[in-house]
Amino acid sequence: MKVAVLIKQVPDTTARISIAGGSVDEGSISKWTISPYDEYALEAALKLQSESGAKVVAITLGPQRSSKSLIDAAAVGADELMHVLYEGDAGSLSLQSALAAAVRKSEADIVLAGKQAADTNSGSTAPGVAQMLGLPCVGLVSEVKAVDGNFVATRSTSSGMERVSVNGPCVFAFDKGDEELRRPNVRGIMMAKKKPIESLSPADMGISMEDGGVNVESVGYPPEKPAGQTFQGAASASEVVTKLREEANVI
Amino acid sequence: MSVTIVSEPHEEGMHPTLPQLVRAASIIGESCTVIIPGGNGADEASKIQGVEKVIKLNGDCFSVFDSSTWSAAISGLVDGTVLMATTPVGRELSASIAAGLGRSVVQDVTSIAPGIKVERPAYSGKAVESISVSGDAVITIRPNAIESAESGGSADVSTVDSGENLKIAILEAIAKAGERLDVSEADIIISGGRGLGDRSNFEKLESVADSLGAAVGASRAVVDEWGLPHSMQVGQTGKTVTPSLYIAVGISGAIQHLAGMRSSRYILAINKDPEAPIFGVADYGIVAQWEDALPVLHEAIKSLP
Repeated sequence: MKVAVLIKQVPDTTARISIAGGSVDEGSISKWTISPYDEYALEAALKLQSESGAKVVAITLGPQRSSKSLIDAAAVGADELMHVLYEGDAGSLSLQSALAAAVRKSEADIVLAGKQAADTNSGSTAPGVAQMLGLPCVGLVSEVKAVDGNFVATRSTSSGMERVSVNGPCVFAFDKGDEELRRPNVRGIMMAKKKPIESLSPADMGISMEDGGVNVESVGYPPEKPAGQTFQGAASASEVVTKLREEANVI
Repeated sequence: MSVTIVSEPHEEGMHPTLPQLVRAASIIGESCTVIIPGGNGADEASKIQGVEKVIKLNGDCFSVFDSSTWSAAISGLVDGTVLMATTPVGRELSASIAAGLGRSVVQDVTSIAPGIKVERPAYSGKAVESISVSGDAVITIRPNAIESAESGGSADVSTVDSGENLKIAILEAIAKAGERLDVSEADIIISGGRGLGDRSNFEKLESVADSLGAAVGASRAVVDEWGLPHSMQVGQTGKTVTPSLYIAVGISGAIQHLAGMRSSRYILAINKDPEAPIFGVADYGIVAQWEDALPVLHEAIKSLP
């Protein structure tokens, strides 16, 4: 069995985002990291590696700097690394097409990904890639196991959790689970630096990155909220409740 | 221009976001068709002003959420721009429908204008993108970001049967402990953080929540340290919520937490530290020990007429 993990390099979630001239100033971002939900997908893939003998191929799409996220994935145990090198901003459709083509090329049986990336916050990639591969998609997953040729996943729903079964290849989109994420050891880090990265462009796979349709015209800071009202001391809570009723009209 | 709304199935009646989607449809297009997978609430939907046609989409497949199967059932019925709500189901289904139709998808839009011009938060609310969309795309709209359309319509209701087969089977449904409302569905949320001192103090928040019909949320710190369910976590690696009222108790306001709740319509913060960053986003801030302020708050809520 071969498991593909789609990982995206994003600004560290604690990083400040500075905006200059209507776009995010990437030069000001001090630290890049694997998007948090993708780390849960990677952890689940490594579990399938240790429990079911799966081979794990980590796939990323992005500029040169994002190869670091593949090396980080190798340091915790990814067997193969694939980098779809693309420097520009990709629309959802071309991004998903390129990732689907990379998954096909990797000959993976199942695909794990984070439920959404920490930069775009969209959550379109896993279901979109599934659709392009003609596979089902299970989202908000916290665990996947291979059981007698099927995959059994735990996903959260609005009313609780469900254990679901899929009979064959599938894309699983990961939420944060209870699993402790493994950290690389020194040997892992040393080995990862020597691991080859298969680097290819979307054009190599016959994918055009021209989407059209959706154009990000500018990026700005969120509007500042007007200063709120401050009250001192516990007794003021009853006055605040009155305001919530009469001023804000929310209770 | 035509607009098709795919309204998420809901246990009772129509999904509460539907009137907001109809309002958005009226901003960008002339005619609006509503597709309801499973068919619940079709009559209610037909009475929203601006809806021209309601399609009850029936089929066995709608008993289990399976985005690829559902999108196969829905895609042939859509015409023009597709609108859905940014819920967990909406995010997954919209992306699946878009990819299947070879379209772009724009998620979690907070404002929409003719043209089509939309705005959406990125980097967990640290930035806002202004986007122009040309051609037919699939767009999801953040719940409570746009006002609801009025009632008073009288749309035609028709039924379509789908024979799609599920690819996902449910082995076991594990209900949530208790009957507590989920933070992603609640109109009022009361959340606790490390300032509460101990996990057992969440009972006091629950008691206030019961009086308000609110859900109980938590910061990442207490979910991790006190072993609370991750479903309660509000913030960057938890849920992004937009209730009418968000009450933060003993939460200092780490940037990751603010990212998940700053677009709530009103925010009330109770914290003993006047310098806590949570006060920077609060509409109402009470500087006090939560142990003292919460009972006063609760009593005042209970004695509201």
